[in-house]
Amino acid sequence: MQKKENQEVENRPDNTAFTQQRLPAWQPILSAGIVIPLFVLVGLAFIGIGVALFVTSRNLHVLEVWKNNLLWLNMALYVFFSPQGPVFFYYGLTNYFQNQRAYGVSKDYNQLSGDLDYFTFFFSIVPDSTCKPYRYDVNNKPIVPCGSLANSMFNDTFNLYQMKNGVKEEVPLDGKGISWWTDYNIKYRNPSVNPLRNAFNGTVKPLYWSKPAYELDPTDTANNGFINQDFLVWMRRSALPNFRKLYRRITDGLPAGNYSLEISYNYPVIAFDGKKKVAFSNVSWMGGKNEFLGIAYLVIGSLCLVMSVVMLIIYAKFKFPEED
Amino acid sequence: MPWMSPLARIRDALAGQRARDKDLRNLVSNLPYEGLDKWKQPNRHFRNNGIKTTKYSVLFFIPMNLFEQFHRLANLYFVGLAILNFVPVVQAFEPEVALIPICVILALTAIKDAWEDFRRYKSDKKLNRLPCFVYSSKEKCFVEKRWKDVRVGDFVKVESNDIVPADLLLLYTSDPNGVCHIETANLDGETNLKQRRAVPGVCITVSNTDILLIIHAVIRTGCLGFSHPDLVLKQHLGCTVRNTGYAVGFVVYAGHETKAMLNNNGPRYKRSRLERRLNIDVIFCILLLFTMCIIGSLGHVPLYLVPQTDGHLDTPSLSSFYKFFSMIILLQVLIPISLYVSIELVKIGQIYFITNDLDLYDEETDATIQCKALNITEDLGQIQYIFSDKTGTLTENKMVFRRCSIMGREYPHKENGMFLCGPKRALKMYIYKIKILMFTKSLPPNQQETEVILDQKLLRQIRGTEKIDAYQDFFLALAICNTVVVSMATAKRLRVSTAEFQQTNQSNPLDTLSSLVRRAGSWTRLRAPITSETSANDLTTQGQSVNQTGGQTCSLHVPPQGTAPAVPAGKLCYEAESPDEAALVHTAKAYGFVLMSRTPDSVTVQLPSGAQLRFEVLDTLSFDSNRKRMSVLVRHPISKQCILYTKGADYAIMELLETPYGEKQQKAIASDTQQHLDCYAKEGLRTLCIAKKVLCDGEYESWAVQRQHALAAMDNREQLIMDSAVQIETNLCLLGATGVEDRLQDSVPDTVMTLREAGIQVWVLTGDKPETAVNIGYACRLLEQDDLLYLDHFLLLSQVTCTSILDCGLEEVRRYSEDPRNVDTTPDISLVIDGRTLTMLMSPDLRDRFVDLARHCRSVLCCRVTPLQKSEVVKLIREKLKVMTLAVGDGANDVNMIQAADIGVGISGQEGMQAVMASDFAISRFKHLKKLLLVHGHWCYSRLANMIIYFFYKNAANVNLLFWYQFFCGFTANAMIDHWLMIFFNLLFTSVPPIMFGIMDKDVSAEMLLGLPELYRTGQGKGEYSFFTFWISMLDAFYQSLVAFFIPYFTYRGSDIDIYAFGTPLNTISLFTILLHLSIEIKAWTIVHVFIILGSVTLYFIVTLAYGVRYLNYSGYWTLQAQMVDPMFYLVCLISTVIALLPRYLFHVLKNSITCSPIVEARHLDTLEPSTRDQWIKEWRSFRGRVQDKTSDVSVPPSPSLESLDDDSIMDDEFALNVITANHHKKANS
Repeated sequence: MQKKENQEVENRPDNTAFTQQRLPAWQPILSAGIVIPLFVLVGLAFIGIGVALFVTSRNLHVLEVWKNNLLWLNMALYVFFSPQGPVFFYYGLTNYFQNQRAYGVSKDYNQLSGDLDYFTFFFSIVPDSTCKPYRYDVNNKPIVPCGSLANSMFNDTFNLYQMKNGVKEEVPLDGKGISWWTDYNIKYRNPSVNPLRNAFNGTVKPLYWSKPAYELDPTDTANNGFINQDFLVWMRRSALPNFRKLYRRITDGLPAGNYSLEISYNYPVIAFDGKKKVAFSNVSWMGGKNEFLGIAYLVIGSLCLVMSVVMLIIYAKFKFPEED
Repeated sequence: MPWMSPLARIRDALAGQRARDKDLRNLVSNLPYEGLDKWKQPNRHFRNNGIKTTKYSVLFFIPMNLFEQFHRLANLYFVGLAILNFVPVVQAFEPEVALIPICVILALTAIKDAWEDFRRYKSDKKLNRLPCFVYSSKEKCFVEKRWKDVRVGDFVKVESNDIVPADLLLLYTSDPNGVCHIETANLDGETNLKQRRAVPGVCITVSNTDILLIIHAVIRTGCLGFSHPDLVLKQHLGCTVRNTGYAVGFVVYAGHETKAMLNNNGPRYKRSRLERRLNIDVIFCILLLFTMCIIGSLGHVPLYLVPQTDGHLDTPSLSSFYKFFSMIILLQVLIPISLYVSIELVKIGQIYFITNDLDLYDEETDATIQCKALNITEDLGQIQYIFSDKTGTLTENKMVFRRCSIMGREYPHKENGMFLCGPKRALKMYIYKIKILMFTKSLPPNQQETEVILDQKLLRQIRGTEKIDAYQDFFLALAICNTVVVSMATAKRLRVSTAEFQQTNQSNPLDTLSSLVRRAGSWTRLRAPITSETSANDLTTQGQSVNQTGGQTCSLHVPPQGTAPAVPAGKLCYEAESPDEAALVHTAKAYGFVLMSRTPDSVTVQLPSGAQLRFEVLDTLSFDSNRKRMSVLVRHPISKQCILYTKGADYAIMELLETPYGEKQQKAIASDTQQHLDCYAKEGLRTLCIAKKVLCDGEYESWAVQRQHALAAMDNREQLIMDSAVQIETNLCLLGATGVEDRLQDSVPDTVMTLREAGIQVWVLTGDKPETAVNIGYACRLLEQDDLLYLDHFLLLSQVTCTSILDCGLEEVRRYSEDPRNVDTTPDISLVIDGRTLTMLMSPDLRDRFVDLARHCRSVLCCRVTPLQKSEVVKLIREKLKVMTLAVGDGANDVNMIQAADIGVGISGQEGMQAVMASDFAISRFKHLKKLLLVHGHWCYSRLANMIIYFFYKNAANVNLLFWYQFFCGFTANAMIDHWLMIFFNLLFTSVPPIMFGIMDKDVSAEMLLGLPELYRTGQGKGEYSFFTFWISMLDAFYQSLVAFFIPYFTYRGSDIDIYAFGTPLNTISLFTILLHLSIEIKAWTIVHVFIILGSVTLYFIVTLAYGVRYLNYSGYWTLQAQMVDPMFYLVCLISTVIALLPRYLFHVLKNSITCSPIVEARHLDTLEPSTRDQWIKEWRSFRGRVQDKTSDVSVPPSPSLESLDDDSIMDDEFALNVITANHHKKANS
């Protein structure tokens, strides 16, 4: 009989809150009355953030100079602001699609991390085939660094002079640490060969380059090869077709006054209908000058406040009859 | 194996093929060939008994499973894309990455399939290893073998309670009558025993040990032609041999050729309505994808600095063409392939919850709901029409004898009715008592449900001497005219064998007759002790000779005193094929006419005096639905008369009564009985007429010859057998009629009411008489007091009449709906149709009108319909009105209907398992339908609908980011997010929350759904998943993706941000938007929800951060880490998420504040305290009820007024009638 009883409830489902779908639940109902405080809160917070952003952005200064004249190699600038802190010196390009897929993948990671095995020709396996057509030169010698990305490295150089009483005084430009710390220290590596040029034996420089990789910076031996700061900046592909890239840092700031910018013009942009520019900007915790976000916060914050008023009206009109 | 020429092998194989295909099997015993190698075996062509239901083998699992999976179009699409990605010119991802999604989906499905197949393999193995006994000529005895080693042509011995291993030809049983009983509970759930007879002519009397003789007999007989019914059928873990010492059979079909395996069709597959609509939306998605790809390919121009690999630039048109495919690869997620996998998972979860619901569990039968169809759960929430069977579905199908009419006199058994219709609690107690009884057996067994409280008048009548023949005949007919098998209550499976009596008892027929006559008038108690009044000198031992001649001897014998009579009447257990029969046999027993045993040749009945009469059964004309009656032809042991006892539907019997020229009494009896019958039917009882006919010997013999011809006929056998039955069932003499009550199931009226309030039209399709059906209709609140009843029955209407009636009805409906006072109500019209009228209404000319009228009726009741008509009605409504239909039934006659409806629900009740086998959901009580539909149906539908909409939204919102980016990367099909992270986004970070949402969300609590059935209407028709909601959410997806893309775009525009640093906030915004969007949609938060949503966010950050470490990823190296130290990242994410979700949030707020949809109001109510809530529900219901349900709280039952009934004749029964209906209403209100 005992057994029978056990059998009888054999199929009985467990009576737990989970299986019976009776877990304690919170059932929020989004109705006008409940969301009013939320809207007020969000509105106020957003307006606060917006004001902070807007004020910060207002204190930032940008000077952009478009180089649409090919021959304009020596440019007079008038800097009318004297910002606090270091000033960043950018070069910019427009209509330049660094974010194309075929362009972006055209590189050999192994080469760039300093693996010598990927420097030399090895039965069409090395360097990586994505580098085509910048993989071998006409003599079938491997190109190092190979690929479109490296090949198209920006190679204009700039010198900035301050005009002090008619005398040109060169402004010191700091090229250290303009790339990502991780790029310089971990991601990109030179082959551990000393001197560096020996590692590049049997290879050729990219077609468009004037100097081989190991001679990019004659002034600083540690700034050559794949860890050259300009090279690293270039290799970090920009997200959008109109972009700027950090060229140098002016650590001492840029006092207001007359300047002269000397440009050695190497990089062609006419072919793709692009333009070049240079820009000087100081930065804050929110990066460069950008008023959009501040305005967006202000607008949305105000909208939320308006909403809360609307909700109040709705609440008064349509509140649930239970309170009657 | 010896060498054979290939030609010979082929010839042999072809011969084998022919032998298998032939309808007629020539089989040879394996015995002479035992020990020879396989090549020489005569039955080598036939399959052995091993079964294999697995789909795959270990070796070929992967290719076979892949082959199977690639039958799905969706998978092919995915693989096509992956392959496309290996073509360099159109490549959008690293080729390996593109393989991940399809691999994951294939692997998941393969694991599921492998697990299912492994379970099948295990059950096969268990089955194949079962032992059985096969005769071996070497050992000269039966040796134990495993099932799979049994082969066609073997002789198999099956012992009692063993399972039959294969389709056998029954040759011998230990039963002297050559009968073997089998139980097919595992096959069809019918626990009653079925008889199978050994092959006549082979079953010669042999001693038990000399089985070889039989075998030789078979071998000599050669070709025996048998059709399937003669075989003991094997079922997959199927039939069990019962009540028989052992049986020997010859294996005819084995393994996969057995009937059981051939009947095994595998699981049902249905496609839900939601899924059909979903597929249309997938096509929209494909169109959208193509549009986006065409935009992409048109926008694409080959760009400077990136020549093709061989150094030249493609022509713009060719390049655009390539980009089209690249775009498809990139944006493939827009077509939600993973949606199908997710839907399957969600449905598994939903079914888990349905099957685990305690409210759908029935204590009495220890049965939960079974979900047979796994993919139509959400259809439960959209039902508009329910087609219900009556018997066993609305009612218990536990028949209780209520009243009878004998020779024109009514015996109302009032106490009986009172007791059985007692309040619910009494019933519960009562059932409880029975349960105790079943174990202890200390209480008298006549207190079982089959108990009949005797009518004193009838008792006196039987006791009195006058008319004793007719009364005796009546009860004898009840006891004899059936197919009930008698077994012992103690050892239930051991059938009472007449042999036991025969061996111990012998009686002089004349002596017994005199004692019978003597005692007939003197007994008073219904369960008179069998042995007390019999004197020992009546008895001598009946010898072997009697046994030998078997059927020819008629004996009247009384058990001996003191020699422990084998069977005290109380311990008998009746196993009937239909509950009506059991009820009648129990009634007869209560009045002292105890059916003691039944064999194919004889029936033994104990009379009230204690004497036992053994009737020789000459023939049994079994029941069929055309004749609607059954008869048993017996030879009376004393008078030696041939008597035909017939029992059947009243109209089937009344037509056949002998036309009494001048015999006024007979005529009066017939008309009185008819009046009683009408009254019974009005009361909702099932009626049967009992009649008899005495045949003279000549008449019988001539008929018997004809019968033999019919039985032996090869063609048209069924028809001939029926004709022969019809021939003898004429000129019957009416004995009386019985009224058997089929009690309504627990809370049926309440359930029907609730379903109707939920906007579901309930139709009842029954084979019963209109009066019975109408009465049950009233009792279960299907029909209401002020209904207009269109009684189409009884009249053989012409088509023209039908048309005019329909037009009248339609006109009335129209007038009603045009009346400005009845804006929101439906006319109170119920249709009652009988089968013959229905046939006419279903004709092509009338069906439109019929459907139109039926649509406007509150309820429809179809009586006397055949199973085929049931399914036709369902199909007609389903196709004409394009509605979701549900059919519920419990018997074999409902199978057609169950299969025709969108959802078939089987009730596992008294009538076996056919309905359950054919159904999609099997429940044990009708009332479970309420929770199944109103709660689970609503939940499943709203959950799945919202989940699917969300899934479309999610994929579109995510993929559109990539699309917008194309405008800024020259349409080169580049992504700003690392491809791995992109794949993970869908596979890991955002896949679990929607599945959880689809399984666990609860828009309204179960209490509210049950309390306010109107809420169910939201799912009917279009419901939450419609064209509108789909496009709204797609638009929302576009809007959100625009925000998620362009806020960061304007923020970072012109800066020196790199691709992945730009993509990271986009991806993060997308994640937050998608998850918070879901959070807005979630109606009830439990700990599981919180855990999964937070878990997904955490997982995203952990995986992305881990992925940003160098050795995992080169291009996106340290990106998120760098972003996470930049405050701008957070500011951008914050504002984008807020802007993206603001419209949807506002939409919900406004919807909940301004509109007052029932669901929203119900959710408001849900937040209240339970007591306040109940108060509200009550108020709301009364408010709505005022309009819809004028009579919902009428406590006095409507008195049915059918014009066709003569009120004067039933004055006597008014009291009883009110009792029943009042009690039904009590149930309804409780």
